[in-house]
Amino acid sequence: MTERTERKEHIFDKYLRQDKLPHIWCPGCGNGTVVNALLHAIDKTGLEQDKIVLVAGIGCSSRANGYMNFCGMHTNHGRALAYATGVKMHNPELKVIVLTGDGDCTSIGGNHFIHACRRNIDITTVVFNNANYGMTGGQYSPTTPVNARTKTSVYGNIEPNFDICSLAATSGATYVARSTIANATMMVSQFEKALNHRGFSVVEAICDCPTLFGRINKLGDAVAMLADKKTRFITAAQAKNMTPDELSGKIITGEFVNRTNLPEYTEQYDVLIKNAKEEE
Amino acid sequence: MEDRFAIMTGNEACVRGAVVAGMNFFAGYPITPATEIAEIASALLPKKDGKFMQMEDEIASIAAVIGASFAGAKAMTATSGPGISLMQENLGFAIIAEVPIVIVDVMRQGPCQGVATAPAQGDFMQTKWGTHGDHPVIALAPASVGEVYVETIRAFNLAEKYRTPVHILSDAMLAHMSERVRIPEAKEYEIVNRKTPTCAKNDYKPYQDDGTGVPPMAKFGDGYKWYVSGIIHDETGFPVTNEPEQIGLQIRRLLSKVENNRGDIEKYEEYRTEDAEILLSAVGMVSRSAKAAIDQARNEGIRVGLLRPITLWPFPERRLAELAGQVRTIVTCEMNEGQLFHMVRESAGGTNVRRVTQNNGKIISAQKILTTIRELQTND
Repeated sequence: MTERTERKEHIFDKYLRQDKLPHIWCPGCGNGTVVNALLHAIDKTGLEQDKIVLVAGIGCSSRANGYMNFCGMHTNHGRALAYATGVKMHNPELKVIVLTGDGDCTSIGGNHFIHACRRNIDITTVVFNNANYGMTGGQYSPTTPVNARTKTSVYGNIEPNFDICSLAATSGATYVARSTIANATMMVSQFEKALNHRGFSVVEAICDCPTLFGRINKLGDAVAMLADKKTRFITAAQAKNMTPDELSGKIITGEFVNRTNLPEYTEQYDVLIKNAKEEE
Repeated sequence: MEDRFAIMTGNEACVRGAVVAGMNFFAGYPITPATEIAEIASALLPKKDGKFMQMEDEIASIAAVIGASFAGAKAMTATSGPGISLMQENLGFAIIAEVPIVIVDVMRQGPCQGVATAPAQGDFMQTKWGTHGDHPVIALAPASVGEVYVETIRAFNLAEKYRTPVHILSDAMLAHMSERVRIPEAKEYEIVNRKTPTCAKNDYKPYQDDGTGVPPMAKFGDGYKWYVSGIIHDETGFPVTNEPEQIGLQIRRLLSKVENNRGDIEKYEEYRTEDAEILLSAVGMVSRSAKAAIDQARNEGIRVGLLRPITLWPFPERRLAELAGQVRTIVTCEMNEGQLFHMVRESAGGTNVRRVTQNNGKIISAQKILTTIRELQTND
């Protein structure tokens, strides 16, 4: 019998709540990769751990902040951005990060999402997009591809889906990017840029749900789904020269918006306060 | 020093009282008849380094208020029935996460859009049972503009002291009418701020009872890295969905915060009850009609008095029960179909309870109440 070696300290130990692990996510779930990438990015930014607040809604991805050693709120379904707005407004020195899923963010929370984008408040939103509602057992979401099968679209999904990055860009977000768990290096870099961005930033992290979405659509196991993603992601630059037919089935990754010259909401509010005090 | 007076509306008194209490964050969404609260807050707060936000809806408004409170703000939102309906979901979060916030419900005639500009008292039960599950509720129901001012201060104090949302129940008439208000001096009221932790940063358990039933509350950013879930949680703030004993324990502590402190929270007014044989019970504006009716009835030799709950929740049931033992009949006067009636009947023992209701957007007149009193004197 080999002697069990003592676990070596990991550089991220300080960022994780060891007593809350292992996590509740299914084997092969993509959420862990997203959390890993986010922690890498947080570490790179050098942000003070005590000044980071992670706000989540409801769903598999929204459980992520329970495992991460920062201030955290696990709020109501779809409402994370509205809660986060209050936190940020009262104390703009806090770095506020919202962890949300495709259903949480773009279905029940769709209105809060577009308005947070519009205000350009300095919040980083991480959208874990696994194309279905995992926590409730795999129903179709606003990002479930057309024809895909879920527990509530057993004959194939007939609803066109949202392009989360286009929605964010059109609504006024000033940093918008997309990456997949098949390219975590890109994801880390996007998170880092989003965290350093002054304004509303959105990173859509395309991840997999092998247990529910993968199984019902016969996409193979987690490894097969990841391998499939590797063949399908292309950069925004590559996409520019491709026809709609060529683009079919592809996942366009990269940065879509990066505007640094627009006023940020809490800074604007400071100006408003100054003006209010001068006005009699 | 001479007393200071000002003329203002109920909605203005609400904001001015809130600012005195320390409000530094307000989020809301325009809705009649509460809108002026947002308008005045938007003008006053920035001058005092406070912040006002007009959110995309009432759901977001209360969410932002809760978020700001976690960051240390004294925060308030104001709305009317349709908005109160939308806020119920996040109100549940504020209760379970034990967040001090103030919610103003300027009641209008309902249901649904009802009559936006007409007063009503249809939200008594909504404020008590609107959000799902068993939960504690504090709701204050002022009856004059001056009382809106002082009860708003008290609402913030109770919210901070007991780490719980507090409602203020106003109505369309109280909100929009102007009255002379005596502005209390600073020494006349206390300003309560939430208890903060003093333990080591890593030892903090945000829901651990310190013996008072109300755990200290850290604010985000001050070094305590705490987590809170809207799921039933243990003293660490983390979910405990598989532990019936813990679940029961946490719910009981939540409820006991209000139940065990009734003496501090409960407030009511009595008017000419000493020798009363008939007791009226009325809340808010209707109590003013009731008082006028009582004066007239007394002139006619009818011994009648009033018990006015100022805290509608918790309901002053013990005092009502005592008075029920003294009088032969209790009459609730209310602008709904009998929401107060049900509460009063529950506490009245065997005493006969009647109701005068009016649900047409008009305040019940003193004459209408007087007619009932005369009938009772003759027939009962």
